Amino acid sequence: MKETAQHTKGKVSGIIANLVIVQVDGPVAQNEICYIRHSGTALMAEVIKVLGDKAYVQVFESTRGLQPGMEVDFAGHMLEAALGPGILSKNYDGLMHDLDAMTGVFLERGEYTDAFDMGRQWEFRPLAGVGDTVEAGSWLGEVDENNIPHKIMAPFKLEGQYTVKSIARAGTYGVQDHIAILTGHDGREIPVSMVQHWPVKKAVKAYVRKPRPFKLLETGVRTIDTLNPIVEGGTGFIPGPFGSGKTVMQQAISKQAEADIVIVAACGERANEVVDLFTEFPELDDPWTGRKLMERTTIIANTSNMPVAAREASVYTAMAIAEYYRSMGLKVLLLADSTSRWAQALREMSNRMEELPGPDAFPMDLPAIISNFYSRAGIVYLKNGRTGSITFIGTVSPAGGNLKEPVTESTKKVARCFYALSQQRADSKRYPAIDPIESYSKYLEYPELQETLNQQISPGWVGQVEELKNILLRGKEAAEQINILGDDGVSVDTHLIFWKSEVVDAIILQQDAFDEVDARSPLRRQKYMVDKVLAVAQTELAFDSYEEVNPYFKRVIAALKQMNYSEFESPGFRQYEEELQGILEERKPG
Amino acid sequence: METRAFQRIYTRIEQITKATCTVRATGVGYEELAMVAGRAAQVVKIIEDQATLQVFAGTEGIPTNAEVVFMGKSPTLKVGDALAGRFFNAYGQPIDTGPEVEGEEREIGGPSVNPVRRKQPSELITTGIAGIDLNNTLVTGQKIPFFADPDQPFNQVMAMVALRAKADKIILGGIGLTNDDYLYFKNVFENAGALHRIISFVNTTEDPPVERLLVPDMALTAAEYFAVEKKEKVLALLTDMTLYADALSIVSNRMDQIPSKDSMPGSLYSDLAKLYEKAVQFEEGGSITIIAVTTLSGGDITHAIPDNTGYITEGQLFLRRDTEIGKVIVDPFRSLSRLKQLVIGKKTRADHPQVMNAAVRLYADAANARTKLENGFDLTDYDERALEFAREYSRELLAIDVNIDTEKMLEVAWMLFGRYFSQAEVGIKQELMDQYWPKE
Ligand SMILES: Nc1ncnc2c1ncn2[C@@H]1O[C@H](COP(=O)(O)OP(=O)(O)OP(=O)(O)O)[C@@H](O)[C@H]1O
Ligand SMILES: [Mg+2]
Repeated sequence: MKETAQHTKGKVSGIIANLVIVQVDGPVAQNEICYIRHSGTALMAEVIKVLGDKAYVQVFESTRGLQPGMEVDFAGHMLEAALGPGILSKNYDGLMHDLDAMTGVFLERGEYTDAFDMGRQWEFRPLAGVGDTVEAGSWLGEVDENNIPHKIMAPFKLEGQYTVKSIARAGTYGVQDHIAILTGHDGREIPVSMVQHWPVKKAVKAYVRKPRPFKLLETGVRTIDTLNPIVEGGTGFIPGPFGSGKTVMQQAISKQAEADIVIVAACGERANEVVDLFTEFPELDDPWTGRKLMERTTIIANTSNMPVAAREASVYTAMAIAEYYRSMGLKVLLLADSTSRWAQALREMSNRMEELPGPDAFPMDLPAIISNFYSRAGIVYLKNGRTGSITFIGTVSPAGGNLKEPVTESTKKVARCFYALSQQRADSKRYPAIDPIESYSKYLEYPELQETLNQQISPGWVGQVEELKNILLRGKEAAEQINILGDDGVSVDTHLIFWKSEVVDAIILQQDAFDEVDARSPLRRQKYMVDKVLAVAQTELAFDSYEEVNPYFKRVIAALKQMNYSEFESPGFRQYEEELQGILEERKPG
Repeated sequence: METRAFQRIYTRIEQITKATCTVRATGVGYEELAMVAGRAAQVVKIIEDQATLQVFAGTEGIPTNAEVVFMGKSPTLKVGDALAGRFFNAYGQPIDTGPEVEGEEREIGGPSVNPVRRKQPSELITTGIAGIDLNNTLVTGQKIPFFADPDQPFNQVMAMVALRAKADKIILGGIGLTNDDYLYFKNVFENAGALHRIISFVNTTEDPPVERLLVPDMALTAAEYFAVEKKEKVLALLTDMTLYADALSIVSNRMDQIPSKDSMPGSLYSDLAKLYEKAVQFEEGGSITIIAVTTLSGGDITHAIPDNTGYITEGQLFLRRDTEIGKVIVDPFRSLSRLKQLVIGKKTRADHPQVMNAAVRLYADAANARTKLENGFDLTDYDERALEFAREYSRELLAIDVNIDTEKMLEVAWMLFGRYFSQAEVGIKQELMDQYWPKE
């Protein structure tokens, strides 16, 4: 969109909740930002429809007290994120205003704070040299942000190639100081500072190509890593009824995942849940670097009581930040909880504009909007040959817990991992409540991932995973038979099949997110326990009657569970392992 | 509300529906309060010089030339210590014999707390009810509803919880309360000698339904005053939020909005969240805890109202009649307190989390055994023991008439474990078993 010096002005002519109709005196663009002047403050809004000389804008604030006739200033640009060093460890609202910089206990309408400290000095080191040819996203230099090499890049908005006319020497510079001057083909000179702006609803395309993902992204959650792995640059979603464990699961991933940067978008969910992050992340260690988790994390909090329009913006803000760090060659993990709230925000606006509704009153283009968003994730080869990735996992909160609804269905078409949380499992406290049969990771079918898994973990790994899934499936069938025919209506073998799947369920699937040891299971430990569980499943055991099976397997599971709760390979761990061995010996046939 | 000089008066009503009317007027602010023929109303839509007003008491008998007086502000409540011990209607006007409350006038439905200024809730609320304290521990700053069918004693349990919770103030938001229930609350609080710490905003079934929309905001504005200014522990009781949501749907329907699921407005989630998110723990010590009631129809939690509520609140408490022991219990399967993690095993004994989980798991085994029995299958010895355990667990711990402290609850649970199961069957961390397993 053209940025013009002369900005259009307008006057409020109608108000319906947070939809405001503005009579304008000049050109306006779709998605242009404007500010409504209301007794000394300016309330930010975005154009979402234009009809003749009327612009329909969604206000990112409460519209209480707005009156027809109030003046509106158009900004000449779309909703933009300020990108630069200092984003990490910050807590933002949906529009990327620094929440900690705000003054009061209550949020003040129109109090817009800078995304990061614009006066801060950084130790800059040049990476490009005078005369180098650069383009959007090229690395010009770097600063050290929380021990992460933060690249200062040629602005994403550049088109075509530029030559570096000058570049600052290593030293201390302010965020807004010019650290380079670039010259275009037409001789136009572009000064570059450490800050650039990017319209959040547009994808950053400063890369060469997006290959299919091929590397595992370890999360420490067994049911994900082992059974349905997510990958660097992959997409996944977690649908589930309320209380089934979506947030706990995402928080576990955010704490444990093998990522350089974690961006958490709390989108229309509970404030107390982001307070958990604010409280814990500065204290908890990143298991990969030993530094504090907060150092690698940025939180975007548009909680459910914050304005609805800003909720829609919040996921885009988060994605733009993710793309910025990906362009530095970093592994970014982006989590959004819950994408359904974002879809609902779209629905509220669409209804107010009296658009023709699609299924469940959601806007007709919902599937396209969702697919467009997910497509911004991915692993990319940057122009300098390095890779960077955004792995995106969103939660979905289906109405009534019924997966046959527009947000779940639209997401299922685009996300490659499906982690379905089951009410039944949650009710019986089998956490995490991911249904092992319904859920899938399409990546597990990728030969390139299978290859890396077998290399990284062990040669027969993918086969073992298949075996586990098989046991679970057969266990489910056995359970159904037992239910229909009764305990004594089926063979002892059927009971064995069932109980072996219970072992897999209890030891591999179930994981206590609130136990210090069990919460995170590194890959090596996962592999060890998978071997153990498969060994149990393959052990020939003899029973005289089905009544002996249940108590016996309860003991097997108890011993294995104690192993899960013990420090890996500690004396305690070994002791339970021996105990297990003893239990298995008892039933050796012969 | 008397008319004052600066108030603007109009008399050209151009459209009237059952809940709204549209008047030609200028200088009108969004959400502004107005009086239409003496009835309170609020601006819900402005197009040019046409303002649409939602008339809380309904529009019956309003003529097109009725006087519409704009008040220049959105609905307010006068807050001050004098609120304590008083009963008000949905507009914040006294319905007891006391005088008008003098105090600072505050707009209701005010701004949200900056999430970084909240404190992580960590203060336990004890109720003596094991179905709550043991399995679904409550914490100050939490928001949690009772999910219950209309015939269940939710108001009684709520009143009991409120009185035992050691709150500085209890604020009752009665939304479509029957007169009998209103008097019940009044009596219980009076008999407990607690009237001086109660503040009530009540809309009964006799009052117009749309007025109900004001009650939660009134109650929570008062709650904020005591929690912020006085740093008090405030407990807000909102009953019945299903009737609140019904009132929302009446208004949105009259405004021709496209309904989403179960004829509820598409904004139901946001509307409810704005209220429930007023629950907060402040850094300075004050807190607002919200205990609400959401009545269900035939136990159906997939209906839009309980469904959206469940997505907003920090858990829910289910009441159910256990026919085997003939008592109402807090259902351990469907109930959940999500903030319990913050306190159990930390503010309570270290074995609390594992004991709680083990007991519920064993209770689930009993439920399976019962299904087997109903399907005509033989029970194993384990099944029999699980069933007996379940019966006692229900009577000794889940029933709402239990009133013991948390330590005692844990002891009872261990005793039942020891009586009916082996250690392997209970499956708790060994070090805890070593410490607490009942000695012969
Ligand atoms: N892995 C787990 N281990 C132990 N408890 C868990 C686990 N996952 C979930 N829970 C329990 O379930 C509760 C609800 O989980 P969570 O808040 O993640 O649900 P949710 O799916 O995000 O619900 P909503 O849609 O309402 O936000 C938690 O407070 C916790 O008590
Ligand atoms: Mg959640």
